[in-house]
Amino acid sequence: MNILEIKHVIKEYENKKALDSISLNVNEGRIFGLLGPNGAGKTTLIRIINQITAPDKGEILFSGERFKREHIQNIGYLPEERGLYKSMKVGEQCLYLAQLKGLSKNEAKQKIHQWFKKLDMLDWLNKKVEELSKGMAQKVQFVSTVLHQPKLIILDEPFTGFDPINSEIIKNEIIALKESGSTIILSTHRMESVEELCDDIALINAGQCVLKGSVNEIKNKFKEHIFEVQFEGTIQNEIQHFDTLVIESGRGIFKAKNKENTHTLIKQLVEQVNVTRFNEKLPTINDVFIQSINNE
Amino acid sequence: MTLLTPLFMIGVFIVPILLASSSEDKTTIAIIDNNKFKEFRLTSSLNLEYTYLNELNLEQHKTTLIETYDFLLHIPKIDSIEQIESSIEVYSINQMSLSIKQNVENQIDKKLTNIYLLQSGINPDQIKKSQSKSTIKTYVVDEQGENTKGNSEASFGIGLVGGFLIYIFIFMYGTMVMRSVIEEKTNRIVEIIISSVKPFKLMLGKIISVALVGLSQFAMWIILGFVFLLIANGFISTDLDVTNLNANEAVLSSEIGSSLMALPIKSLFIVFLIYFLGGYLLYGSLFAAIGSASDQETDNQQFIVPITIPLILSFVIVQVVIDNPHGGLAYWLSMIPFTSPIIMIARIPFGVPLHELLFSISLLIGGFLLTTWVAAKIYRVGILMYGKKISYKELWKWLKYKD
Repeated sequence: MNILEIKHVIKEYENKKALDSISLNVNEGRIFGLLGPNGAGKTTLIRIINQITAPDKGEILFSGERFKREHIQNIGYLPEERGLYKSMKVGEQCLYLAQLKGLSKNEAKQKIHQWFKKLDMLDWLNKKVEELSKGMAQKVQFVSTVLHQPKLIILDEPFTGFDPINSEIIKNEIIALKESGSTIILSTHRMESVEELCDDIALINAGQCVLKGSVNEIKNKFKEHIFEVQFEGTIQNEIQHFDTLVIESGRGIFKAKNKENTHTLIKQLVEQVNVTRFNEKLPTINDVFIQSINNE
Repeated sequence: MTLLTPLFMIGVFIVPILLASSSEDKTTIAIIDNNKFKEFRLTSSLNLEYTYLNELNLEQHKTTLIETYDFLLHIPKIDSIEQIESSIEVYSINQMSLSIKQNVENQIDKKLTNIYLLQSGINPDQIKKSQSKSTIKTYVVDEQGENTKGNSEASFGIGLVGGFLIYIFIFMYGTMVMRSVIEEKTNRIVEIIISSVKPFKLMLGKIISVALVGLSQFAMWIILGFVFLLIANGFISTDLDVTNLNANEAVLSSEIGSSLMALPIKSLFIVFLIYFLGGYLLYGSLFAAIGSASDQETDNQQFIVPITIPLILSFVIVQVVIDNPHGGLAYWLSMIPFTSPIIMIARIPFGVPLHELLFSISLLIGGFLLTTWVAAKIYRVGILMYGKKISYKELWKWLKYKD
């Protein structure tokens, strides 16, 4: 089931197409990585999903329904540039933002208490935002994004500004949110977080979607049939149908000339050495990203 | 701030009065008069204290005397009393101030005039009695032929103060709106808010809520100001030597007081509120638009200047308008929505026909509807625009964007 279907969406600014007939589906209950170089149109797309701007053309469906104003209550959005009202108290601010998203005052208070207790931030509630450190303020903002239990959570670079410990906390919260049924759109330039967290990705460049699918599918699509082997002994004979990229004591990397079957490689190897480890070298999302953008 | 501002404002009025009336400000003047004119003797007053030291020798004691006293006044040996006019000398370490010099000269002149009058056989008291001091009673006649006692001085004061207050309020609350817009924009919290609230609603909500802040502060200031004035009034009148006020001034000030009461305070107040709100809404929405078009408060000077010019201009012109409140300049400036809040308030105490007032108010309402519409168009694009130097051409383009 798709929580979000974006169909042929076009958005123009002064004759420049920020989004050029883009189509995407976001699967419910998964973490969706929205990738792309700077200026690709990610922010425009996120703003359209948040109903900050409207598309010039195209259609958007939310849980199968035509996108309406009310759907915004089911969306939580953490913008890339963080900021809260500096001289407002943390608790009041979260209450205000939660009520904007349609929670009643009591519900909101209850949720705030739950989240602040969970993340051990209860004593921040009566502090002003300007008294918090940058990382603390970001944590508050993360909480205010997810307080109203949105079905769809959009996180734009959620990890910047966090130390490794807090990054880990936020990462675990994202996974927990997914497990509790929320769908997460993660827009980031940190490819290691994409590898760690994302189930599906879409790569946007110059307003178009150049690549989309599950992380595994995409990695398979971009694989170059390269195999890494660890072994005991010495390889004497040349390996047929494969290029030897690296060979050093106990380790070798081979690339198939014509998508040869792995079987041929293993067969030739076991005749000569004792294979202790054999795995296919799949491209990282980083490689995929660079390769796709350069090919454009 | 809400509590401190009225204190501060009243302080501005009271402190100089207290300082002026404090005894430490007395100017001490030593006098060496080498003549024996009994008729000519200067008497100390509130600010000037004379000490006669006729037995001392000028040259011997000059330096010590000017150290002990502020000034040393010397009247050298002369043949006739008439020569006093041109022979008085003053010695001091610091240059005598203009006001003290005039003060002393006035006293000397008064004394001498009396002496001359007596010499000519005229009783100075008779002269005083024969001096005329006319006061014109002004009446404003309305359409039904009813007379209302008027007072030009009170109208002048009210007009000036009213215009000034509107000017200050528009600036104060207008920039408050602008700063708030800039804060939300630089914070990017605006992106979260406008995903739940339409930009127009957010802008209008902000402008209206600042207006409510303004009105409640204003109400508080009036109450506090009134209380403080009562306190201060008691404080000053016991401290000031009332007898020093000349009789005419006393009559005048009590008359201003009574005609202040005679002015239609209630309707003045209502008109003031209408123009304050109208002017604020007109400028407030423009300030919001400017805020949305700037990244930092520093790079929006080019937009602030043009909208503050009519404000400053009308404030400057208020004096001219008050001198001729029914002239062409006053009429037109009190109609144009950008200047009418200040100019009309200055004109009101002098009487403005109802139809002019209504016409001006409807123009003002039309004006702020127009600026709010323009501002909303700029605002909705501006708050999402980052890292771009905005030109007027750009703003014009934004006006034509569709949602």
